[in-house]
Amino acid sequence: MAANVKTKVLGYKRENGRIGVRNHVLILPVDDISNAVCEAVANNIKGTMAIPHAYGRLQFGEDLEVHFRTIIGTGANPNVAAVIVVGIEDGWTKKIVDGIATTGKPVVGFSIEGKGDIKTIQAASYKAKEFVQWASELQRVECDFKDLYISVKCGESDTTTGLSSCPAVGNVLDKHCANGGTASFGETSELTGAEHIVAAKAADEKVKEDFFAMFNDYTKLVFDQKTNDLSESQPTKGNIAGGLTTIEEKALGNVEKLGKKTKFVGCLPPAVAPTKAGMWFMDTSSAAAEAVTLWAASGAVIHLFPTGQGNVIGNPIEPVIKVSGNPKTVATMGEHIDVDVSKVLQGEMTIDEAGDALIEMIVRTANGRLTAAEALGHREFSMTKLYRSA
Amino acid sequence: MIHFLTHDTEDNVGVAVVDIEAGTECTGRNLSDNKELKAKAFENIPLGHKIALKDFKTGDTVTKYANTIGKIVKDVKAGHHVHTQNLKTLRWA
Repeated sequence: MAANVKTKVLGYKRENGRIGVRNHVLILPVDDISNAVCEAVANNIKGTMAIPHAYGRLQFGEDLEVHFRTIIGTGANPNVAAVIVVGIEDGWTKKIVDGIATTGKPVVGFSIEGKGDIKTIQAASYKAKEFVQWASELQRVECDFKDLYISVKCGESDTTTGLSSCPAVGNVLDKHCANGGTASFGETSELTGAEHIVAAKAADEKVKEDFFAMFNDYTKLVFDQKTNDLSESQPTKGNIAGGLTTIEEKALGNVEKLGKKTKFVGCLPPAVAPTKAGMWFMDTSSAAAEAVTLWAASGAVIHLFPTGQGNVIGNPIEPVIKVSGNPKTVATMGEHIDVDVSKVLQGEMTIDEAGDALIEMIVRTANGRLTAAEALGHREFSMTKLYRSA
Repeated sequence: MIHFLTHDTEDNVGVAVVDIEAGTECTGRNLSDNKELKAKAFENIPLGHKIALKDFKTGDTVTKYANTIGKIVKDVKAGHHVHTQNLKTLRWA
């Protein structure tokens, strides 16, 4: 029998009860200048992964809060077994360690000042070896599909995403959320022209108000910073090559991912975890790597990514499943596509069948199949930066 | 073979689901009621791009997904390519 949302998956049950589908030992830099130590540790100790990034110094206010939430949330994600945290100094390093430690998973921090890179690399490498050997003995156990927190966002979309891959994702969310699952969508600026459709899917008036507050705030940002009508930025040049002409047209295809029946139960600031089951809106950029990094930091364990023209994005800790309905992209960039739904365009596959094909791939991915992006080494870890550092 | 699709009966543009050559007598399908549509292409329309299903005048709005996706900035005749050369956003402008 084909897989469905009642199918059991083989995942990792973490100390806090959350279900992960990967078993990473992360070497996590607090700040940009600790990247070199992290990469050296990951080079020393096989089976660990460093995730360098560009920020973490002299940030302040809400921008700093988003940075801390993203780093802590990444370490706390159930796809991560254990974490080595490295920062330039003690204070913020401890803050990250303490945040991750609330999950109950093994986490130790190292700071560089007063020791230098080489001694820090040595100390962190010993601990990383201990963690990776411990993690390598953890076993997958039978888990419920509904316990997989799924995020969704499309990229390099074209008109085929609105016809096939986005409604296929919407079909999955309808089935997943009706079964008690948790999911999140976002891409705030990319809802422009379809915000009335999103608002109509809010579970109640409070949720609708929260959505419009976040949406209007992002719209103001675009207006305050723009130098033109954003043509070639939103839609992108790739979107335009694929036949999308305006942001309204792009947004109307985008919101097909929200499904036909599901209401969303709340609105999340960037990198904040959902507090109950159901579909959630998260206030994110529409840039793929930034947005998926925020969802991974909110605890999402599998991402569904419709693409038309062929966005190649991946994430270090959250497997990104690519689904495309563009027959040219499937033919020319097949190594990036996990699920081909191009038969939808000729009416040879229904949206319901496309949704089921995607569920089958979620089950296989949860059970351990590497996604195309994982096999190709895509580990985009991109911080959201709200404004300049001090 | 289906040459183009529309999302809704209100839509006045279709999406090419194959590369359409100028001169092709096209068969389309509307997804909301599964009805067959006909249109002749007067320009090449690449896969994923839009074909006008009526004559548009400057200032007209274009409907897709039963929603407005922008305004016409240069007249377009039925069967021609609707894209950035003749359709612009109503937002952020």
